[in-house]
Amino acid sequence: MILAAEEYNPVMPHVAEIIIGLIAFLLLLWVLRKFVVPRFEKLYEERTAKIEGGIEKAEKAQAEAEQALEQYKAQLAEARTEAAKIRDDARLEAETIKAELRAEAEQEASRIVAQGEAQLQQQRAQLVAELRADLGRNSVALASRIVGESLEDEARRRGTVDRFLAELDAGADGAGARN
Amino acid sequence: MGALVLAAGDEFTPPTAEAFNLPPIFGWVTKPMLLVVLSVVLIIGFFLLSSRKLSVVPGKGQFLVESFYDFGRNNIAREQIGSRDFLRFLPLILALFSFVLVNNLFGIIPILQFPTMSHIGFPLALSVLVVYPVYHYAGIRRHGLGGYLKHQLVPPGAPKPVYLLLTPIEFFTKFIMNPLTLAIRVFAAMFAGHLLIMLFGISAEFLLLHGDGITKIFSLFSFGGALAMTFIEVLIMSIQAFIFALLSANYIGAAMAEEH
Repeated sequence: MILAAEEYNPVMPHVAEIIIGLIAFLLLLWVLRKFVVPRFEKLYEERTAKIEGGIEKAEKAQAEAEQALEQYKAQLAEARTEAAKIRDDARLEAETIKAELRAEAEQEASRIVAQGEAQLQQQRAQLVAELRADLGRNSVALASRIVGESLEDEARRRGTVDRFLAELDAGADGAGARN
Repeated sequence: MGALVLAAGDEFTPPTAEAFNLPPIFGWVTKPMLLVVLSVVLIIGFFLLSSRKLSVVPGKGQFLVESFYDFGRNNIAREQIGSRDFLRFLPLILALFSFVLVNNLFGIIPILQFPTMSHIGFPLALSVLVVYPVYHYAGIRRHGLGGYLKHQLVPPGAPKPVYLLLTPIEFFTKFIMNPLTLAIRVFAAMFAGHLLIMLFGISAEFLLLHGDGITKIFSLFSFGGALAMTFIEVLIMSIQAFIFALLSANYIGAAMAEEH
């Protein structure tokens, strides 16, 4: 106040203030340009890179998952067709086996029937032969007892018996045919 | 200030421009000079400390610093200069913004209590010696001297005779007025704001000490006025710092723009 011998004019700049202000500001500018801004910009670049990297990774993972899904689906379809094929094969095989078994069984059955018939035939023939022999003997014995005469004579006896049997056969056949 | 009033006796003396004429503290060093140095030390310290360990995932503190940095980076520099060139000018814009902001805020910080920018030498140093050469240099580098002058002085799209008037006006605006208005805007706002706060403060004191009886009560109103002005000043100080940086970026962007 005492110093203000000349009127203070606030619009007139002090040269010293301009110089000090300029130097101080340039120092600040230098520090910001040299250290501060590069640090922040480096950080921002890192952050951008990290975010972009994260997005890329996520996209890759998704693509992989989709691929795996496709693969599983394909495998599933393959397995299904294979199963169907196996089922068809099994059915086919079962049918052939069934047919084979049936044929075999039929064969066996006819074989058993044939065997039975043959056996019966044989037994019948045997029986007939036995009966024929028995009947001959009994007839001769009965006849000799009744007639009283010996029919020891070979030739005669054979002739008589055979004739009788032939008659008997004819009678039996006639009776069989009637039955 | 109390001494000033008391020295004048019982008459109330409102503060004048003389109040800004601070005596040197030592030698030729005055308070605003010390404040400017202090502001630079503070800003440099703040930025260097806070950017020492930056991590990709920010903590709370780093988030605040980044918000401030991003405001200068995205809202001022990139918006005005364009995303192609703004990184080159980012340190300048950031320095202007923080420098003006801190020096303005000194006006309401107790003890310091003086907005440096109310001494016109400081904003002039920034606008005339830093911003002015930078934006012309940027323009000349981008368009060449002739191209730049044509780009600045002969904006396309006007009828021929209009240029007789338009070119001198453009020249006056871009080569003379821009840096001056840039400096005067913040200077005047700080000067007037500080004067107002002083007026309320001194009148509150005067009413309390020299008022008789009931007039002492009016001291309260004056005191409330000083308080309210202080809050408004915070707003104005921030806005002025923002405008200073914004216009600087705008001048640079306009000088380098391809077309108007």
